[in-house]
Amino acid sequence: MTTPLISVKDLTIRFRTDEGLITAVEDVSFDILPGQVMGLVGESGSGKSVTAKALMQLNAGNTRYDPASKILLDRPEREPLDVLSLKRDRDLRVVRGGAISMIFQEPMASFAPAITVGEQMVEQLLIHTAMSRVQAKALSIEMLDRVGIPDAGRRFGQYAFEFSGGMRQRAMIAMALSTKPRLLIADEPTTALDVTIQAQVIDLMKDLVSDFGMAILFITHDLGVIAQTADKVAVMYLGRIVEKGTVRQVIKTPLHPYTQGLLNALPKINDLEAELTPVPGDIPSPLDRPPGCVFNTRCPVAIAGVCTTQVPRYSEGEGGRKVACHLVERHQAEAVAT
Amino acid sequence: MTDPVITATNLTVRYTIGHGLLTKKAYLNAVDDVSLSIDKGSFFGLVGESGSGKTTLGRALLRAAPITAGEVIYRDDEVRYDLRALSKQQMKDYRKRAQLIFQDPYAALSPRMTVRDIIAEPLEVMGLTRTREETDARVREIAAKCRLNLEHLRRFPHAFSGGQRQRISIARALVSGPRFVVADESVAALDVSIQADVLNLLKAIQRDMGISFLFISHDLSVVAHVCDHVAVMYLGQLVETAPTRALFARPRHPYTSALLSAIPSLDPDDAGNAQKLEGEIPSPADPPPGCKFNSRCPFARERCRLEAPALRELAPDHFGACHFSEEFDFSRGGATGSAKGLQQA
Ligand SMILES: Nc1ncnc2c1ncn2[C@@H]1O[C@H](COP(=O)(O)OP(=O)(O)OP(=O)(O)O)[C@@H](O)[C@H]1O
Ligand SMILES: Nc1ncnc2c1ncn2[C@@H]1O[C@H](COP(=O)(O)OP(=O)(O)OP(=O)(O)O)[C@@H](O)[C@H]1O
Ligand SMILES: [Mg+2]
Ligand SMILES: [Mg+2]
Repeated sequence: MTTPLISVKDLTIRFRTDEGLITAVEDVSFDILPGQVMGLVGESGSGKSVTAKALMQLNAGNTRYDPASKILLDRPEREPLDVLSLKRDRDLRVVRGGAISMIFQEPMASFAPAITVGEQMVEQLLIHTAMSRVQAKALSIEMLDRVGIPDAGRRFGQYAFEFSGGMRQRAMIAMALSTKPRLLIADEPTTALDVTIQAQVIDLMKDLVSDFGMAILFITHDLGVIAQTADKVAVMYLGRIVEKGTVRQVIKTPLHPYTQGLLNALPKINDLEAELTPVPGDIPSPLDRPPGCVFNTRCPVAIAGVCTTQVPRYSEGEGGRKVACHLVERHQAEAVAT
Repeated sequence: MTDPVITATNLTVRYTIGHGLLTKKAYLNAVDDVSLSIDKGSFFGLVGESGSGKTTLGRALLRAAPITAGEVIYRDDEVRYDLRALSKQQMKDYRKRAQLIFQDPYAALSPRMTVRDIIAEPLEVMGLTRTREETDARVREIAAKCRLNLEHLRRFPHAFSGGQRQRISIARALVSGPRFVVADESVAALDVSIQADVLNLLKAIQRDMGISFLFISHDLSVVAHVCDHVAVMYLGQLVETAPTRALFARPRHPYTSALLSAIPSLDPDDAGNAQKLEGEIPSPADPPPGCKFNSRCPFARERCRLEAPALRELAPDHFGACHFSEEFDFSRGGATGSAKGLQQA
């Protein structure tokens, strides 16, 4: 069996706030193998970004990781490194921008306003690689060009605020990819992109996977993008993974009512008459997480007295797919009984 | 097009690029000779690739980008403004009537203000409410419309996720009671469920409050669902405008059809039948001569490299800027040619 590049075990993340302790992520576990693309989807506020940032310890100062949480990063010929055990910024350097790079959801946050995009790319390469300044510049321009930025030589000398939104996003992708990380975390990397460049960026990412064996954690709300890029997918709701499996399994035959709701909310280009159907109701405040199944307050098929009190276990389906739903568990039990 | 809220005629927005002592000065027309009109109560979509000038056009209509040439007229039941010739007083008034929902919800919200204060700020700055009670009531009303509860109002924006912040931006934009709203990629940061919810919300606001929207998006499937009219932009110019249904049923410009076919299919087994656009959008500082799209157009001929096509009416209310619209059926291989999306049982 291949050793996972990164293995997340029982990750629980809480935030200290004025109103008390917020649980943003609870008991999340997943593995990503080298060269594998894993999609992470779910409603706004479900904890996708916070989970991703944990892999590099990038969450804010008010973060508390539960002691049982483990994030193990595979290292060549050494014991896996527990990222959460690292305390100093110096030690985290092997992770941040070294083994793992991240494309942030907030494009402006990744660029310092006072230095040019090119200078920033070069500096990053000088820190993390053995390249000379001249080599770093050449590679940076090549990467800008590869992500589809026209006139890359000139753009290299400009500031992020001079770029259009989509261009900024692409520059960030170029910067993250230039150090050839083993794991790329892409937090909504194509959301600000138009479809044509999105198609090119997706191809670029696929190339990087096949050329360098890079693995990708791909966060997006666009299930079409997931369908076209990812090998497997995990669906998050209110800090928990409610369903995971191969892309084909999850998109073609979603089992969890929340996954089904997400698919129904998608605008379908071949059926313009269809109403957009949001998942009914509001996502509860993280201060006020429902007991039992976190989705029970909005679930159209919740079983009274069961889903409202007991946290569902994962039922195992064919090919290692997992679903945390009492109803699915019940159906499986019935199928076995008959 | 009988009762427009916005009419732009030959609008051009030009920027100077290049700086420092050694770089040569250059110009680019981010918006290049654009004419369009947006009907009152319309949900008007604007699509096009990154850098095509959508944001700049939207901002020019709000007088937040310079109008280098051409004319923009705003009209509602009370006023008629020529945006190039606004007095200070009129400018102030126009800020109330026309609003922007930002593309980047992270940049837009001040981290030191509570959500309540963020939403209330336009009311206070514009002096629209007299007492704190009045302000609070208005904030609560609009917050509720945007599905933000009282507990949210006391918090600071950093404690919100992207989608939640977007709803704060929307509430802030709507609180002054605008007649015309430019929504720039305002659902891009949202997951599909909330996206559907916010889109339904914006549509309800458009219907109930009679607000006209310019809805800027790169997501054609979203535009297809919510907009009644769509304009497609390429390198600062409009290449096609039409009622939504007509545009999706039969695109009259090869660029529109390429955009349609690039939408990723929901079916993992239906990869790459997309007719992919070669290359990238040329630099607007140095556009190709003739039709600006000719360098990437699979149908381009000699004439396209020499002569810029004008936007002309090809079917009722359906305008396209292509020399060969009548000759080719661009919809083949586009949206109608392949069954996009997943057939769900
Ligand atoms: N530093 C923090 N302090 C307190 N709460 C926080 C902090 N950072 C995030 N949260 C909360 O954690 C939850 C998860 O946020 P996260 O940003 O991971 O959501 P997300 O799934 O990425 O959503 P989106 O799709 O909108 O980006 C949210 O309820 C958010 O308000
Ligand atoms: N203040 C500015 N100074 C110089 N050039 C600018 C300025 N603002 C925009 N531009 C340029 O004008 C062109 C159009 O930019 P604009 O932001 O309008 O594009 P867009 O269609 O909104 O793109 P996106 O989808 O990426 O947001 C781009 O080439 C951009 O670099
Ligand atoms: Mg996020
Ligand atoms: Mg823009």
